[in-house]
Amino acid sequence: MKYILLFCGNEDRWDTMPEAERNAMYGRIGEWWGKHSASGKIFGGEELQPAATATTVRHQGEKTVVTDGPFIEAKETVGGFALVDVADLDEAIELARTWPAKGMVEIRPLVAESDHM
Amino acid sequence: MSSGSPPSSASEAALAQVFREETGRLVAGLVRFLGDFDLAEELVQEAVLSAIVTWPVTGIPARPAAWLTTTSRRKAIDRIRREARYRDKLVLLAASEAPAATEPDDRLRLIFTCCHPALAREAQLALTLRAVCGLTTAEIARAFLAGEAAMAQRIVRAKRKIVESGIPYRVPTREELGGRLAEVLAVLYLLFNEGYLASGGPAPDRRDLAVDAEWLASLLVRLLPGEPEAIGLLALMRLHLARAGSRFDADGRLILLRDQDRSTWDRRAIAAAGRLIVEAGELGRPGPYQIQAAIAALHSEAPSWEEIDWEEIVALYSLLLAHQPSPVVRLNRAIALRHLEGPGPALAEVDAVAGELESYHLLHATRAELLRDLGRPSEARAEDGAALGLTRNPAERELLRQRLLD
Repeated sequence: MKYILLFCGNEDRWDTMPEAERNAMYGRIGEWWGKHSASGKIFGGEELQPAATATTVRHQGEKTVVTDGPFIEAKETVGGFALVDVADLDEAIELARTWPAKGMVEIRPLVAESDHM
Repeated sequence: MSSGSPPSSASEAALAQVFREETGRLVAGLVRFLGDFDLAEELVQEAVLSAIVTWPVTGIPARPAAWLTTTSRRKAIDRIRREARYRDKLVLLAASEAPAATEPDDRLRLIFTCCHPALAREAQLALTLRAVCGLTTAEIARAFLAGEAAMAQRIVRAKRKIVESGIPYRVPTREELGGRLAEVLAVLYLLFNEGYLASGGPAPDRRDLAVDAEWLASLLVRLLPGEPEAIGLLALMRLHLARAGSRFDADGRLILLRDQDRSTWDRRAIAAAGRLIVEAGELGRPGPYQIQAAIAALHSEAPSWEEIDWEEIVALYSLLLAHQPSPVVRLNRAIALRHLEGPGPALAEVDAVAGELESYHLLHATRAELLRDLGRPSEARAEDGAALGLTRNPAERELLRQRLLD
C-alpha cells in the first residue's frame, strides 16, 4: 500500500539548534532516506521551506483571496514528506518510528486508482 | 437443521456462551478466505442475528457452532455471487471444508487487529466485543450506555479505517509484541473495569462486560502462552470476580471492602488465581498487572480485615509506582499507607497528588475519610460533597449521600 509520511515538528527547534548538531541530524536523515530509497520503500518526497514562506490561496465563491502564511497557524508545521510503498500500516508505522528528526509523523494512505472503481 | 428446546432465559446465558466461543473463530476463519475484515465481520454478525431470530422459533440446534458456520459461509457465498470484485474468492470458499477443530486458532490475529493502536480506544473496545466476543451492536450500545446508532457508526468507522489505512491482519512480530500486547491488555482491563463498576447497578439488562473481559483474557493466555503480564491480568480479573458477590447488599448498596462478608468469597478461585500469579512470576518479567494481582491476592487471602498485611501491600504499591508512575497509583498507595502509618502521613501523600486528580471523585472521598480520622469533620463533609458531584455511579453516590447524612 502507498502512504504519505508527513514530517511535522517545531521549526524553532531547528533554528536554535547548534550548527554541528543540525549537520549531524541532516546526516542521519540522509542515511535513513538513502537506505529506504534503495530498498524501494520510498518512491518520492521532499523537504519543505519554512512555513513563513507559505502563501495560501482561498476560494470564496467565484473569488479567490491570496494571503501570506499557511492556512492553519500552528506551532507544529509540516517540514517535509515522503511517499512510501510498503506492505501495510505496520510497516509504515515502523518507518515513522525510525525517522531520525523525531517530532511527529502523520501517516496517510494514498487513494488508489482501484478505490474509484 | 435439528430442533431442540426453545431458549428460556436460563439458556440465554448458554446462547451468549455459544456466540462468544464461536464468533471470533468464524470471523477469523472468514477473514483468511475473503481477505476482507469488514465483510467477514459483517457476515458473521448477520449469522448471529439470524440465530437470535430463528432459534427461539426452531429451537437451539444440536450443534449450534456448525449451524453458525454453515450460515455465515452461505451468506459469504451469496455476497460473493452478487459482487463481482469478490468473485475469484468463490472457488476457494466453496471448495474449502468447514474449519476443523485442528485448524490453528486465528482469533489471536483478530484480537491484535481489533486492538491495533491506530484505532481509537473506544473503537478498539467496541470492535473487540463485536468481532471476537460476538456481541450485537445493540448489546454493546447498552453496555456502554450509548445510543445504538452512534455505536453502529463507531463500528463502521473503525472497520473502514482497518481496510482503508491498511491495518494488517496478523500477530505482531517478536520485536513489536511487547508494545502491541500492552495495548491489548489495556483494552481488556478497561473492558473489565467498565463491567465491574457497572454490575450491580440499576440496569439488569446490561451485559456483564467483566465476564466477557475475563473470557477474553483467558483466551489470550491460551493462545499466547508464556506472557506473564497477560497471566497477571487474568489473575487480577479472577480475584475481583471471586469477590464480586459481596460488594453490594440486598438493596444494591455498595459495601466497603472492610465490611464485606469474606465467607462468601470463592476460596477455590482465589487459590487458583494465586497459582497463576506464581506461574507468571516464574517467567521472570514483572509488570504492573502482576503487581496489581499480587496486591489483590493479599487482600483476598487475608482471613479477616484485621489480618491484612499492609506492609507488604504498601511495598507492592511502591513497586507498582516504579513501573507505572501515575497519580492514581500514588493515591492508592496513600490509602494503604493510612493503615500502616496512620491518617497524617497518608493525607500528606494524598495532598501531593491533589492538583493532578482534582476531578477524580475518589481523591475527594479519600481525603474525606482521612480528615474524619484526623477529627476535622467539617472539612471531611466538604470533600464528600465534592466527591458526590464528580461520580455518576449510583452505588457510589448512595454511599456518599449516606455519609453526608451521618
